[in-house]
Amino acid sequence: MEYLLIFISAIFVNNIVLSQFLGICPFLGVSKKISTAAGMGIAVTFVLVISVLVTYALQMWVLNPLGLEYLQTILFILVIAGLVQMLETILKKVSPSLYQALGIFLPLITTNCCILGVSILVANGTYNAQGLEPSLLSGVFYALATAIGFAVALIVFAGIREQLDTVRIPKPMQGMSIALVTAGLLAMAFMGFSGVDHGIAQALGH
Amino acid sequence: MNYFKTITDGIFKGNPTFVLLLGMCPTLATTSSALNGLGMGVSTMFVLICSNAFISLLKNLIPDGVRIPCYIVVIASFVTILQMVMQAYLPELYRTLGIFIPLIVVNCIILGRAEAFAAKNNVLASLCDGLGTGLGFTLALTLLGLIRELLGKGTFFGAEVLPSTGNMLLFVLAPGAFITLGLFIAAVNSFKNKKA
Repeated sequence: MEYLLIFISAIFVNNIVLSQFLGICPFLGVSKKISTAAGMGIAVTFVLVISVLVTYALQMWVLNPLGLEYLQTILFILVIAGLVQMLETILKKVSPSLYQALGIFLPLITTNCCILGVSILVANGTYNAQGLEPSLLSGVFYALATAIGFAVALIVFAGIREQLDTVRIPKPMQGMSIALVTAGLLAMAFMGFSGVDHGIAQALGH
Repeated sequence: MNYFKTITDGIFKGNPTFVLLLGMCPTLATTSSALNGLGMGVSTMFVLICSNAFISLLKNLIPDGVRIPCYIVVIASFVTILQMVMQAYLPELYRTLGIFIPLIVVNCIILGRAEAFAAKNNVLASLCDGLGTGLGFTLALTLLGLIRELLGKGTFFGAEVLPSTGNMLLFVLAPGAFITLGLFIAAVNSFKNKKA
């Protein structure tokens, strides 16, 4: 049951983009068309889950036993960069069609701060596990839910932006400005979900 | 190379937030008050100045093919130093800014300046560029924080200046961040259009 709560909370209530402000760059950059937004969403889901698995293992079995916690930032960013590179190479060999679809997004993901951010949150155990003890399972689950939340926000936003092309916008507002205001309104819509997770928890008698 | 011009370019003509639109995540996330914005700006400026100077020193030693990973290691090292210093002397601010301190590593402003400026110019010029861009970023963040704090909580750097009846809580919450920045960029654009 807690897993359901993690899911709802990470996708709707504490959406990674619209309320945590992680991964804004791809959110604003690749949201002009729904198809590219969906591709980016899938690529992020893929990389985020794998990198959380790897960085969590490193934190638990390398950094913590050796007392090297302060190397976390350096190690994680290098691991993520290497991982993305590796995924790209493997994908090219194993599944050329998937590579065709995700290929252009993969290099961009290295600098996506939601990957490093969520990896650090899970490794430090500071994410919202809904009363569960932070563990690998709930951490990976949280990462998956977060990535889906990212994809949902991205695709919805891309849908709105496609419509924006058909209206006349005052000249100074064109481009990034109107995109940001739109994102603000979308964030306001997502704020409507706040408290939903507590409500469900209460209804289920937690 | 005119050093003074390098600095002012970073603040006005090449302002990372309002003109180049880089480093959006910390810009939106940490400007819920002027003090937080200022703290984040100064932290980023520290890393930017140090990494710019260091990369410029090492530019002839770093092989071209692996330069990006090398830059990232340099930047991450300075971020780690910053984390340790802040944990020791400013634990309050460190807790407020939270995850966004380690995330300075992936701030595209820093890697962007390393690649576009520090890798091609001497140490002093790179220092000035880091200072200018850092000041531009700090200024933008503080300004955004100031406005959001004033509209949302009626305070100015924590001191109450407006009656609390007029507070628009929206501005300190997530949507306010997007909307304020969006309107700010529109204002900068219209100013630029008028001048052109």
